[in-house]
Amino acid sequence: MAKKIHKETDIVFHIRRYNPELDSKPLWKKYTVHVEPGMTVLDGLHQIRETQDASLSLRYSCRMGVCGSCGMLLNGRPSLACNTQILDITTKVLTVASLPNFDIIKDLVPDLTPLFEKHISTSPHIVRNDADEMLNPTGEFYQTPEELTRYLQFTYCIKCGLCMSACPTLATDPEYIGSQALPQAYRYNVDTRDDGFNLRKKIVGSTHGVFRCHYAGECSNVCPKGVDPARAIQLMKRELVLDYLKLKKHRAKSHICSKPEGVERIPEIPEAPPFTVEQK
Amino acid sequence: MAEYKKYSNRLGITGWLAGGRWGIERYLYSLHRITGLGILLYFILHIFVTSSRVFSMDAWEKWMGFFGSPIFKFGEFLVFVAFAFHAVNGIRLFLIELGFAVGKAEEPIYPYKSSLNTQRPLMVVLMIVAIVLIAAGGYEFLGLTH
Repeated sequence: MAKKIHKETDIVFHIRRYNPELDSKPLWKKYTVHVEPGMTVLDGLHQIRETQDASLSLRYSCRMGVCGSCGMLLNGRPSLACNTQILDITTKVLTVASLPNFDIIKDLVPDLTPLFEKHISTSPHIVRNDADEMLNPTGEFYQTPEELTRYLQFTYCIKCGLCMSACPTLATDPEYIGSQALPQAYRYNVDTRDDGFNLRKKIVGSTHGVFRCHYAGECSNVCPKGVDPARAIQLMKRELVLDYLKLKKHRAKSHICSKPEGVERIPEIPEAPPFTVEQK
Repeated sequence: MAEYKKYSNRLGITGWLAGGRWGIERYLYSLHRITGLGILLYFILHIFVTSSRVFSMDAWEKWMGFFGSPIFKFGEFLVFVAFAFHAVNGIRLFLIELGFAVGKAEEPIYPYKSSLNTQRPLMVVLMIVAIVLIAAGGYEFLGLTH
């Protein structure tokens, strides 16, 4: 990492530009930006758009590392432009490019469609055998703090795609489900409210599933939320191996908390709104 | 959804090799694949050369003479280096992929610690084992015992 400086300076941004209407391949363009301490890469890109080249395209939304829209390759590392301070990673030159392993739509805008398609393919939601309880719930599910901790870490995923762009396996195997979707499948597999292990194992245990990962670990290094996808993938491999060997322990399922007795509903609390989706 | 022109930005094989601000485990991943391919290439050559004995004693001796030169002796040592690294790193991957040494899920608190930190002592110990094996192999292969 570059030695951090704490004063204003000029930084040269090398930005990989691509206009699908004009270019056959991306081209590098230089912009000099006057940088003050605390400025993020996203601030620098906005300055370029406002003062030098309004045609520069980028995707962003929240500007505070929550939405996961502004993933980019910054000095060779997938990072969020909004929570990376320029002077933290360079003192002279900053290279900015679209996320690798995703097609480029324009300039710094990657096509994240494969991420969402793979995410959906792993059924990333609670799957239960008792459909009636899902549609017409009779109570809350009981879960201990320990049971919550087993999956909580993996719920922080913001679907920014940094893990997938850093993955060397995905670089050569486009069908690999990848380090975003697989941890999400694990997150639900270990949830004590879920019954979807057998449904998901057909996808995550397939040729392009968890066993394509050989622990380069870069997904965990670049994750801006500390999700640690590499850990989830290895733990899921163990679950699948134990299941194959018929050694997988059947964990206790969450049971439905009984409704409190002898208590009356507070009249000010309104009833739940009607369903917004047609019930089957 | 409307179709629009996009540029394929897949890294391909350069994704294994291209330098970035990557961690050491990623370089081990690349080295593991490269050494695996190297061992496979050696294995194919080995089968080819040893099968020459089927044809005649002359063919066998011709190949043995060819591979007896110092450059191939050094090449043999490189195969041993690849084998030692691949075997030891393979043990690390075997343990990790069965969920050992990666720890349990925990609440992420900044600055984040990941399973990479958890498995690093194992990685360091096994890499030292690989270096010791390679040094011992070099002592033998490069003729330092004579």
